[in-house]
Amino acid sequence: MTDHTTGADRGRPGSQWYDNEAGPLVRPYAMTGGRTRPGPEWVRFDLIALVTRVPGAPGSDDAVLGPEHRTLVRLCRSETQSVAELAADADLPVGVVRVLLGDLVELGCVTVSRPVPPARLPDERILREVIDGLRAL
Amino acid sequence: MVSEHADATDGDTTALALKILVAGGFGVGKTTLVGAVSEIRPLRTEERLSEAGRLVDDTEGIDRKVTTTVAMDFGRITIRSGLSLYLFGTPGQDRFWFLWDELSQGALGAVVLADTRRLADCFPAVDYFEHRHIPFVVAVNCFTGARRYGTRDVLRALDLDPGTPVVLCDARDRDSGKEVLIRLVEYAGRIHTARLLDSVR
Repeated sequence: MTDHTTGADRGRPGSQWYDNEAGPLVRPYAMTGGRTRPGPEWVRFDLIALVTRVPGAPGSDDAVLGPEHRTLVRLCRSETQSVAELAADADLPVGVVRVLLGDLVELGCVTVSRPVPPARLPDERILREVIDGLRAL
Repeated sequence: MVSEHADATDGDTTALALKILVAGGFGVGKTTLVGAVSEIRPLRTEERLSEAGRLVDDTEGIDRKVTTTVAMDFGRITIRSGLSLYLFGTPGQDRFWFLWDELSQGALGAVVLADTRRLADCFPAVDYFEHRHIPFVVAVNCFTGARRYGTRDVLRALDLDPGTPVVLCDARDRDSGKEVLIRLVEYAGRIHTARLLDSVR
């Protein structure tokens, strides 16, 4: 876990409640202002949901965003990333990344894809493509 | 709120991610297998448990303040631009079953890694995927020095459905790992087609 500060976060409502005494137990959720669920319309992002940056949206240098938010936006910049990859690359727990991504979706910075629902699991053509692709690796 | 992918309207260019789980007992080579086939260095992601941990950490009163961190290995294979395979090594300990529930949601299928010297270690994984009707193959990791068994013996010892593929593999070897994945995708395709036919019958 990276040592984080709340410097850029301090002006945001709901993020001033904790202090150093709280210790490492709550630190991850300090980055989320204590929230454990994203946004009002809570949908749990799947680990393989794909996150894409919205072109022209507030970016990694935007002062409105907290440092962790900016990190995530920066990581999305190069290519579409899954939620799991973002969590690993940002060195943040998945639960925290989900909350932060919820914010970024609301702010219009990123879009998050719905993974394929089990009932519509890939058609034969896609599976064939996967098998051929694996063979060719 | 979840939004569909930007280009979701066009069926051919929609980015697709498929999920495959790698399960099995502790030390059976799950991380090794993920690392052998993944194009990215095996990444670890952490799930911090608090609420969920409270339910399962039944350890005489000390449970309430415990936050447990579970690490999951994962890897990626890009088939083409917009089509990727994600591999997740499931946490070995039984008490993290609820994490499996999340991981297995929408999964294409699973690889159950087995070590013939400790075959019982993979029983929970086999049970889990059987009960949830998730297609899986059993990959016997052929450890150096372990006695070789035929796939038929393993099939019988695990009391698997006759159609379940059993593959001998070397988790360290990329080609071997690829073969395991190919067998799984083929099998998952057959299972899904069969279910589709059943549903219209």
